[in-house]
Amino acid sequence: MAALSPAPYRTMVQPGILRMADVRMKFGSVEVLKGVSLGLGRGEILGLLGQNGSGKSTLIKVLAGFNSPEAGSRITLWGETLPLPLDPRRIRALGVAFVHQHLALIPSLSVADNMLVGDDTKVRRLGIRWRQERAAMRQLFAEFGLNIDPSALVSSLSPVERAYTAILRAVAELRRSEAGRAGEGVLVLDKPTPFLSAEDVDKLFDLLRRIKKTGASVIIVTHDIDEVLEITDRVAIMRDGRLDAVLATADTTRQDILDRIVGHAIAPYQRSERVIDDHIAVTVENLSGGMLRLFNAKLKRSEVVGVTGLIGSGFAELPYLMFGAMAGQGRITLIRSHDIARFTPRRAIDAGIGLIPGDRAYQSCIGGLSVAENATLLALPSMRGIWGLDSKAISEKAAALIRDYDVRPDRPDVKMSTLSGGNQQKVIMGKWLAENPRLLLLDEPTQGVDYGARQQIFAAIDQITRQGTTVLCASTDYEQLAQICDRVFVFHRGAAVTCLQDPELSREDIARACFHEPASQATRDPQPENAR
Amino acid sequence: MSVVETPQSNRLSAEILKKEFERFALLMAWGLLFILFSMLLPDTFMTWRTVSSMLGSQAVLVVLALAILVPLTSGDFDLSAASTLVFTAMFLAVSNVNWGWSIGASVIAALLLGGFIGAVNAFFVLYFRIHSLIITLGLGTFLNGMTLWISDSRTIAGVSMKLVELVVIKRLLGVPMAFYYGLAVAVIMWWALEYTITGRKLLFVGRGREVARLNGVSVDRVRATSFAASGILAALAGVLYTGMTGSADPTSGLSLLLPAFAAAFLGATAIYPGRFNPVGTLVGVYFLITGITGLTMLGADAFVQSLFYGGALIVAVSLSQLVRKRQPQNFG
Repeated sequence: MAALSPAPYRTMVQPGILRMADVRMKFGSVEVLKGVSLGLGRGEILGLLGQNGSGKSTLIKVLAGFNSPEAGSRITLWGETLPLPLDPRRIRALGVAFVHQHLALIPSLSVADNMLVGDDTKVRRLGIRWRQERAAMRQLFAEFGLNIDPSALVSSLSPVERAYTAILRAVAELRRSEAGRAGEGVLVLDKPTPFLSAEDVDKLFDLLRRIKKTGASVIIVTHDIDEVLEITDRVAIMRDGRLDAVLATADTTRQDILDRIVGHAIAPYQRSERVIDDHIAVTVENLSGGMLRLFNAKLKRSEVVGVTGLIGSGFAELPYLMFGAMAGQGRITLIRSHDIARFTPRRAIDAGIGLIPGDRAYQSCIGGLSVAENATLLALPSMRGIWGLDSKAISEKAAALIRDYDVRPDRPDVKMSTLSGGNQQKVIMGKWLAENPRLLLLDEPTQGVDYGARQQIFAAIDQITRQGTTVLCASTDYEQLAQICDRVFVFHRGAAVTCLQDPELSREDIARACFHEPASQATRDPQPENAR
Repeated sequence: MSVVETPQSNRLSAEILKKEFERFALLMAWGLLFILFSMLLPDTFMTWRTVSSMLGSQAVLVVLALAILVPLTSGDFDLSAASTLVFTAMFLAVSNVNWGWSIGASVIAALLLGGFIGAVNAFFVLYFRIHSLIITLGLGTFLNGMTLWISDSRTIAGVSMKLVELVVIKRLLGVPMAFYYGLAVAVIMWWALEYTITGRKLLFVGRGREVARLNGVSVDRVRATSFAASGILAALAGVLYTGMTGSADPTSGLSLLLPAFAAAFLGATAIYPGRFNPVGTLVGVYFLITGITGLTMLGADAFVQSLFYGGALIVAVSLSQLVRKRQPQNFG
């Protein structure tokens, strides 16, 4: 767990309209925030950086009142220590406004409807007087140099206009608060930029600078180091649930920030020796869909291929496209060639493809049904007896899976929802591996999985590749990719821009490739029309 | 090791005991209700005549409840089931009495019609992606109109006695055959849901459409099948309904919709708690009927029936939510 040299910045006196001191947070037995202390000054833009899982989103959720931190954590706003967990309504009333990643706009309603959705502070004796409200909104937009029609539908706005609307709604909310009336306030932006073009990001930053001039402070959570260098006054970098450093943006470099984001790897998983022959098992041609554009690759038998990038770069769509689970174009060839436009999960399974989705709760298991029922769904056709499904065979199969993958508790009849994330994932893993797929697609296979289960999942992947299965793993966990993959494709704005192979396949190298913008900014295409 | 294990296994067996209690609670409640009325009304309630008529007369409700159970399992509502029942019953009567079709042909046509109505439901729900509540409500009302149209708003009597004979006149162990038909449908459905792949698929589609889809289940096909099955079973209930009296009237069957839902939801608290299941539904129907019959015999007014059905539905749904630990209901 050796960190970089202790950061001298930590002792720096942190200014504070908002102070978070020793914030600790646990999910079950996993500590995700390990004593974070952070302050925010008046009229300051603070960047919050870190890898996925470093705890930055958790910290923001503590501030928003969605997560309740451990006792001993302290949060002080405008000099007043607030009771924890924070009350979401109270924190907003005190002048902290949030813009979440997905903006929380309702596309089928007008800008004015969306602007007013959270506004219940003013007494409106005669009901909402729409003309006045719209005039006030126009005035607000004009103040920040924007020209958005409050009666337009949100769905008719461009992506950046939607972001503006969400941010100005937050600004309007700030102004309604006590602090806002005094010209202060804290605006928290959670990854607002991944869907915006470079030009739009610039426009957005202009808006943030104007907001800063009014005296408000901004916390911006992002993955993009260049954005941080451009807009922020200070950068806070989180790693493994700790605040690794707080740097003054003017005194730091891209490299410095990157090194701190990446940190050092811990106890890598040792793969067993395997032979990858040159037999091409899977060919993907011109695969498009979602944010992904024209991906081509040949995957070898027994190979583990990683795909990664920043969120919104298109890599995450790959497993679902290749499984026929989302709309797209292109071809995939295993034994036979298949048209992706007409591919379905059923055909994918028949072709020998398996998919372990990223979202266990909604995509891969049904919490209300038993472990046995979840574990045997795919194998049911092989369990027919004279009188229909053989319930004994089903429970034996489930028991065997539980034994092989060390699932706890070792009872096939308990509800799936009572298992921990790691054990659920082991059941799902076992279910698919029993089908002996030619190609196994994984989306974040170890998300929300504890360390021990993670090693067991890696071992299971290792095992099937030795039997000749090809694995494709989409993940933003660079360390995981470095540990299990033979090759890693790094995606940027919908295209694979880099392919990393063995000597340069480390957590640092993958992270660098992800965070590194290709030299020409031209690759930062405006968002394609059909992707929303 | 054993020292450590003892409290845990104690806790485990306590847990199992609680689960078993949950499974049979409705059955026990039914028993208690039965004993209660038997004590209050030893001369009228506690007679074989009453019991056998209760068992026999409610076969229509049993089959109707089982009909809506299929789409409920796969996550859809079929509010058109009672209208399908009345329409197919009327069609059977009209075709047999007015058009002179043979009874066999009429019955088969009625069942096919039920399947067709289910297919229409499925088409609108799945092709246009409209919530099943809306479509089945609309189609049900449409069918009510059709029923009044083909019957001239009149009760059609005089359906072939062959059907009536097969449904109520013939008895086995003193109970009309209708009861056994309902029982048979329940048993077949229990087997189909528990021991066939189609049944398992139905369950997975109902619980997690995305999970089912990503496991290669063609969700739309399963949902379409369940609507069609619901239509056919509702039509079967319609056939029994006509067979009960040898006649079909255009409205009274419509009031069976709510008791059917009440029974299905009550059933979901029993036998396999948290899961719509045929055997539980059977228990649910007879629990409701015992309550209604007893109350009526005690001299309760007609409105008590509505109070009891409505109240039971709400209590049943609340109970089944408690069993599911108050997770938000996801009816797709």
